[in-house]
Amino acid sequence: MRITNTRDSYGLLAILLHWLVAAAVVGLFALGLWMVELTYYDTWYRTAPAIHKSVGVLLFGVVVVRLAWRQLGPRPAPLDSHRPFERRAAAVTHALLYALLIAVMLTGYLISTADGRPIDVFGLFQVPAIISGLPNQADIAGKVHLYLAVTLVSIAGLHALAALKHHLLDHDRTLLRMLGRHPAAKIGTDA
Amino acid sequence: MYRQHTFKALSLASVIGAIGLLPGTAAAEVEQYVIDTKGAHAFVQFRIKHLGYSWLYGRFNEFGGAFSYDTEDPSNSTIEVDIQTASLDSNHAERDKHLRGEDFLEVDKYPEASFKSTKVDWADDGTGTVTGDFTLRGVTKPVTIAVEEIGAGPDPWGGYRRGFQGETSFPLKDFGIDYDLGPASTDVEIILSVEGIRQ
Repeated sequence: MRITNTRDSYGLLAILLHWLVAAAVVGLFALGLWMVELTYYDTWYRTAPAIHKSVGVLLFGVVVVRLAWRQLGPRPAPLDSHRPFERRAAAVTHALLYALLIAVMLTGYLISTADGRPIDVFGLFQVPAIISGLPNQADIAGKVHLYLAVTLVSIAGLHALAALKHHLLDHDRTLLRMLGRHPAAKIGTDA
Repeated sequence: MYRQHTFKALSLASVIGAIGLLPGTAAAEVEQYVIDTKGAHAFVQFRIKHLGYSWLYGRFNEFGGAFSYDTEDPSNSTIEVDIQTASLDSNHAERDKHLRGEDFLEVDKYPEASFKSTKVDWADDGTGTVTGDFTLRGVTKPVTIAVEEIGAGPDPWGGYRRGFQGETSFPLKDFGIDYDLGPASTDVEIILSVEGIRQ
């Protein structure tokens, strides 16, 4: 499989980035909901938030690379079978997903850096606090972080349902393209 | 408008004056003080043990109040303090967020805590106890504060000040906070440092 995209298919890098971000978003969402319910004497009380923050920072880097790659390389065109409505809906959804991703990560950053403390990433490096000391910063950023994350995961769910609809009902290559299947591959056959 | 106010003030003054002249009434002066939060010469602090190994300190940055002080009979004094619970500050934004949330103070629902004295017992050595109704997280319970007078006298800017330090402690559970901080951290201590400016 080639690394770069063509007008017809996704390359290896785009596919890896897509699934990496998908796995990270689902994982961070579950981890985030779980960790805020932990109590003081739980073993993960301190480590779970540390992992959540570290992965979040790394994900930001991944998303930046992904957006740059998206801008730079050729982007596969929508399938001919996609209706105009589907193309518009897909474009809007993709833009929303990127915007929400960035917004969720920025609000998370604002929680942890509210009093000027940096974010430690797996003990490897630290992200300094740039914006701190806004009134009620941690509380407000925390609420917005949660609401945006719920919205992000909901829209990602719609995005996944739409892909399944193309695969199971329309029997087209929408989902297979993002799984790296060769254009000629038929549904149900192993590549 | 201005004249009306003047009249009111005059008549009030004459009434107070008349009471003072009544035979049998002691010339006791009940002084009125406003707590100097403007100049931040007052502190509402708390401390709680962390795991039983050290003290964690925090404070409330926004509060206000007033007290009266009876120079003849300090046991006749009163105090009232209102605290804005959202102003909690333990020098760690993420911890403060947790303490403001549902597990602890639930400040969205209970934005104010207050203390209103009901009884003052003053000893001759400048110490005493102040008992009053303390409201926190929507629960009102009597709390007794051990108080020590630190000092009183004129300030360099033409005013007169009087200051006290008070300390009390209570189980967090008494006010509906049952988050498990460990067996050494069930009670919180409150340290009140209060300077009033005489009105």
